[in-house]
Amino acid sequence: MAVTTDQEQHGLTAHSHGAGAPISSRADHFTSFDVNAFEVPGGREEIWRFTPMKRLANLHNGAEATGTANVEVNAPDGVTVETVARGDERLGVAGTPGDRVAAQAWSSFTEATVVTLPGDAKSEPTTITVTGAGEGQVAYGHLHVHAKQFAEAVVVIDHRGSGAYADNVEFVVGDGAHLTVVAIQDWADDAVHVSSHHAKLGRDASFKHTVITLGGNVVRLTPVVTYTGRGGDAELLGLYFADAGQHLEHRTFIDHSASNCRSNVVYKGALQGEDAHTVWIGDVLIRAAAEGTETFELNRNLVLTDGARADSVPNLEIETGEIEGAGHASATGRFDDEQLFYLQARGIPEDQARRLVVRGFFHEILLKIAVPEVRERLEAAIEAELEAVGV
Amino acid sequence: MATLEIKDLHVSVNTDEGSKEILKGVDLTIKAGETHAIMGPNGSGKSTLSYAIAGHPKYDVTSGTVLLDGENVLDMTVDERARAGLFLAMQYPVEVPGVSMSNFLRTAATAVRGEAPKLRHWVKEVKEAMSELDIDPAFAERSVNEGFSGGEKKRHEILQLGLLKPKVAILDETDSGLDVDALRVVSEGVNRYKQSGDVGVMLITHYTRILKYISPDFVHVFAGGRIAESGGPELADQLEAEGYVKYIGKPEAAGIA
Repeated sequence: MAVTTDQEQHGLTAHSHGAGAPISSRADHFTSFDVNAFEVPGGREEIWRFTPMKRLANLHNGAEATGTANVEVNAPDGVTVETVARGDERLGVAGTPGDRVAAQAWSSFTEATVVTLPGDAKSEPTTITVTGAGEGQVAYGHLHVHAKQFAEAVVVIDHRGSGAYADNVEFVVGDGAHLTVVAIQDWADDAVHVSSHHAKLGRDASFKHTVITLGGNVVRLTPVVTYTGRGGDAELLGLYFADAGQHLEHRTFIDHSASNCRSNVVYKGALQGEDAHTVWIGDVLIRAAAEGTETFELNRNLVLTDGARADSVPNLEIETGEIEGAGHASATGRFDDEQLFYLQARGIPEDQARRLVVRGFFHEILLKIAVPEVRERLEAAIEAELEAVGV
Repeated sequence: MATLEIKDLHVSVNTDEGSKEILKGVDLTIKAGETHAIMGPNGSGKSTLSYAIAGHPKYDVTSGTVLLDGENVLDMTVDERARAGLFLAMQYPVEVPGVSMSNFLRTAATAVRGEAPKLRHWVKEVKEAMSELDIDPAFAERSVNEGFSGGEKKRHEILQLGLLKPKVAILDETDSGLDVDALRVVSEGVNRYKQSGDVGVMLITHYTRILKYISPDFVHVFAGGRIAESGGPELADQLEAEGYVKYIGKPEAAGIA
């Protein structure tokens, strides 16, 4: 067993180890399908303490749906797309809501989209475009993605538009299936999006989940991974870019309950502008039964201007000594002037040098995005972000 | 004919405890075709001189001028200085994660040359330059300096020197931390650059051993933030024999060494 911890880096500050924070096991985390089983959060609760509750459009406080988000699925042959009513027995199998907004979404959606990816086959990418209900509107949704045994598939979920939207997204990854998901949050400036992703991995299943969050007033995404059999492998990647006034929050939870499973979490964010705020909470729980687990999680934040704030809290709980390895690292740093000097000293103008450094920072995530169109779009979006602030 | 003129240069460094003067009136002129060795004990201000000329933001020029072919370098941004023909081979090259060496080299060459080099010629040019410095071609796809050994970093500094072909090159302790083979390879790279045109070289070093490979026309002893003595190559031999005692023994230098 090897447990590694922070890797100190030049120009970066290490994260705190939660000294002084109340210690509660992730295993005791409350979950329920019943919205009333959750108290209305006030913002002081551990899981809400970073979230600007006043900007949540009352999603946490019983806001009724005033509209619906438009869900459009572009699927290749062999992939089944259904719109189903509440009560379809397939819904809710991948996970149980872990906070009040997720339970509210579960209680409030009127119809769900179910995408079934054929087993024993390789499918072309499926694109699901979710467009908000419009400015000032509230909508709830539910999406269920099932990759059957030995399926090999890519699903891109593209969120855009205006309004408040809360939803649950399920990923059931069958035994030996390979599911790649890219979830893009490219909302309009007013949008509020609170979303829970529940991934349930079968034996020897492989799940690659990439989150890209660029637009929206408040985006809070909670991806949870559970394993039902041994040999599951989850890779969670995230890339976010917060501008002035944006709150982008990502809370990953890997629940290692089966033996010989792996997980790797890499989230990277850049921040610029007054009151740009990002939050990354990375929980990993290795339960007693999860022998032979191998896990690592990493969060890096690059603060480009004054007035921006990045919170980063990794939590690793280990209940068995029989693991392959576990570690985490987190650091938030300002723009490295030495890198800038070095590039400029080779004749590269300052604005170009800055872009090189930021692109370099995101490079390892971009490299792993298997869908070329998404990668190109993302590179263009990062360029646009950098141009907006004039760096 | 390139000329770098440093006149009465005073430079302070910004530290947490405030500003501290490091360079106390440096005068030095380097003409094309000349190699000047700047030798001095640790802490004498040699590196400060190189960084101040390159324009590192940590250093404040409080008075004096630095002219490159009559143009005041101190009025230029860091990248303008490089494009004007100055090059600093750094003692501690900086790692830039996620930016490949090949992308970096091409971006720099494009900036310095004023146009993007033709891809076909460029690939060949880089390949040859790397091979001359015994650099494995695989380094082209690695992030700039990331995880490179000290020797690998120095080879890549000289690689950049060869590709960017500045008018005046400042080599800041390029020899430090090199084994004998690497020292020879790196020195050959510098000599190729010298032979490539009318260029000036400021070779900053603590030790005399690199001067066996790169012959200086002038040797300057740097102590107490200024040039304490200048001479020909024979001055290096004297330093080899006697060390820096004579210079750091001076009262005004004692507090700095």
